[in-house]
Amino acid sequence: MDHFPLSRALEIRGLAKSFERPAVDGIDLDVPAGEFFTLLGPNGAGKTTMLRMVSGLLKPDRGTIKIFGIDALGDPVGAKRVTAWLSDEPMIYDKLTPLEYLEFVAGLWGVAGDVAEARAVDLIKWLGLEPHAQDRCENLSKGTRQKVAMAGALVHEPKLIILDEPFTGLDAGSARLVKSVLRERVKAGCSVVMTTHILEVAERMADRIGVISEGRLIAEGTLNELRSKAGAGQGSLEDTFLALVASGPVAA
Amino acid sequence: MSQAGTIAWIARHEGRLAWRDLLWMMTAGRRRRAYAVALGFIVFVIFMHGFAALILAPYDLSAADPDKRMLVTITGTLVLSWSLMLSQAMEAVTRAFYSRADFDLVLSSPLSARRFFAVRIAAMAQTIMLMSLSLAAPFIDVAVWRGGARWLGAYIVTAVLAAVAVSVALALTATLFRLIGPKRTRLVAQIVAALVGAAFVIGLQVAAILSYHTISRFMVLQSNPVIDAAPGTGSLMWWPARAVLSDTVALIAMLGLGTAVLGAAVCVFAPRFPGYVLTAGSLPRATKRQVRRPITFRNPSAAAALRRKEWTLLWRDPWLASQTLMQLLYLLPPAFLLWRSFGDGSGASILVVPVLIMGAGQLAGALAWLAICGEDAADLVASAPVTSARVLCAKTEAVMVGIASVFGPFVIILAVIAPFCALVAGLGVAIGAISATSIQIWFRTQAKRSYFRRRQTSSRIATIAEALSSCSWAATGALAAAGTWLAIVGGAVALAILGGTLLISPARK
Repeated sequence: MDHFPLSRALEIRGLAKSFERPAVDGIDLDVPAGEFFTLLGPNGAGKTTMLRMVSGLLKPDRGTIKIFGIDALGDPVGAKRVTAWLSDEPMIYDKLTPLEYLEFVAGLWGVAGDVAEARAVDLIKWLGLEPHAQDRCENLSKGTRQKVAMAGALVHEPKLIILDEPFTGLDAGSARLVKSVLRERVKAGCSVVMTTHILEVAERMADRIGVISEGRLIAEGTLNELRSKAGAGQGSLEDTFLALVASGPVAA
Repeated sequence: MSQAGTIAWIARHEGRLAWRDLLWMMTAGRRRRAYAVALGFIVFVIFMHGFAALILAPYDLSAADPDKRMLVTITGTLVLSWSLMLSQAMEAVTRAFYSRADFDLVLSSPLSARRFFAVRIAAMAQTIMLMSLSLAAPFIDVAVWRGGARWLGAYIVTAVLAAVAVSVALALTATLFRLIGPKRTRLVAQIVAALVGAAFVIGLQVAAILSYHTISRFMVLQSNPVIDAAPGTGSLMWWPARAVLSDTVALIAMLGLGTAVLGAAVCVFAPRFPGYVLTAGSLPRATKRQVRRPITFRNPSAAAALRRKEWTLLWRDPWLASQTLMQLLYLLPPAFLLWRSFGDGSGASILVVPVLIMGAGQLAGALAWLAICGEDAADLVASAPVTSARVLCAKTEAVMVGIASVFGPFVIILAVIAPFCALVAGLGVAIGAISATSIQIWFRTQAKRSYFRRRQTSSRIATIAEALSSCSWAATGALAAAGTWLAIVGGAVALAILGGTLLISPARK
């Protein structure tokens, strides 16, 4: 698989969105290509809102988003072409089989039929979906449905994968498989931006971690950098995270 | 406050849920709309009373002693209403069997399940009663105004008929459950409900077509052969009609009958209800394994992929397809009329035009909701590299192809009999379908496909606008097919309705 040049996969400046109150309040963030970046934050901190804006699902009130140099607000179709969005609720159709679903997603992204078919077969095998490939998705368990959605997110070979709580409801085996798929993708040069409440996942998988609280990015860096910012010594990520959230904005 | 676990306590709980559900249905969860809803309700009530006055205008409602013709007409209307009540009741019972709702909580609690379901059956009966009374009230009020207080008995008869309808619906659905199993009952019960609702109307229309070459069902009810064949005015068969006219004995008998039937239904089915819901709830969503056939990926454009997805999803969901296509049952009479008119060159073809246009508008509205609002993977489609305009266009195309494939054959057959009528029908079907689809686009809100039955709740305005638009285009089509210039007025009214709808739609903002 091709490696993308080391550049910025994601560049966010002054991103803001308000509903009743500010949900995202002037966030700046850079994610280099080939990086696994994890966003942490308490419930309602603004993580999902931020990622939905990056994915083109929500229009920001202000700010800019660039995905591999493409202005996501000026050229949303161009930005979406290189992006995949996966939420905790699998975005699939009950009445389609996994293979039909992948054909549909490939059609949406304009992937040529033969290329899409080869990728779909690979993904189905890779994710252990072979026994279910021709079953309608309504018959599948939550974990299997999430794997189908994951296959859909990968069938058009995105450069940037955005995941919102992808491990919710997954059993240990499925979670391990999804983690390994994501690692493989990052090795292949893909960038991943993910939110999770499972700190162990963030600790093990992320190259860098960002902490959001009340719509603001209050800290970002490697685990060690965060520890030092939080003054948490060699404490766990949980201690570091709680200390950062309690102390509010630190130099991000 | 009543003691927990008693019938009164459960009834209070059910009442609270029903009230909040009703409020949500009326306001779609937006409290600020309460005033608008109240205003709309008043306008609707006035409109319905006007409509009822228009419908009842030709009838003499003040005759002291009802003659046979009057008794036949009242009884026919009661049977018609009851078939619709039964249809609604079957829908409600099926929904109660298959929606897990709070059953897991209730059945896992020490509360008496028998008591709980007795209240729920009573609540179902109450809902059907209220619904029927609210539809019948304008007609009864007009009858009271023109014919005197004796017509007030119609309120009691309507309530009794609703109670009997719920009891029969329970028995029918439970029988289906036992005969064909819980897996098939959901779909079959929905189809039976639609057939029951449509059968009487369609039957009368077919009889009218056969006898009088018209679609009007009242032609049959008031025809001499029917009046002559009906039993004498002293027959028991006319007791419900006599009860409508406040005949004391008939009214007491009807009240007794309703109470007894509903009481028996509660006694028989309340203890069995938990078994039904547990069996229905433990069904896997689909057990049939799919036929393994090789799949070859095509090279579709995003639009083609979207269109094909919409058709596949509808085709593979028999429940949804039946809900949508059941409206086509009402096309059977015009189809029959077409068949009867074939070759005789009569003017009956004109009658088919408004029915086709009306049907196309209604079906297009339902399909458009499924395609445009009922998108189960909205985020997936929104995150795809396709503009939302292209997505909307592809989905609209999917709807229009569906409409063309359903109504095309009718128009083609009509073209052989009456080319001008076919031209008008073709144009009307297209315009009616486009109008209904546009209204869905203007008022679109994202929802799960499984919410199809409650689609009207997201916007009452859209639902009313859709119906008014279909009606006005149908009227325009009928006038145009009849060759009168009044069609221009009808068209102007339809356009005004569309314009007004757009003005108040969220799309405008």
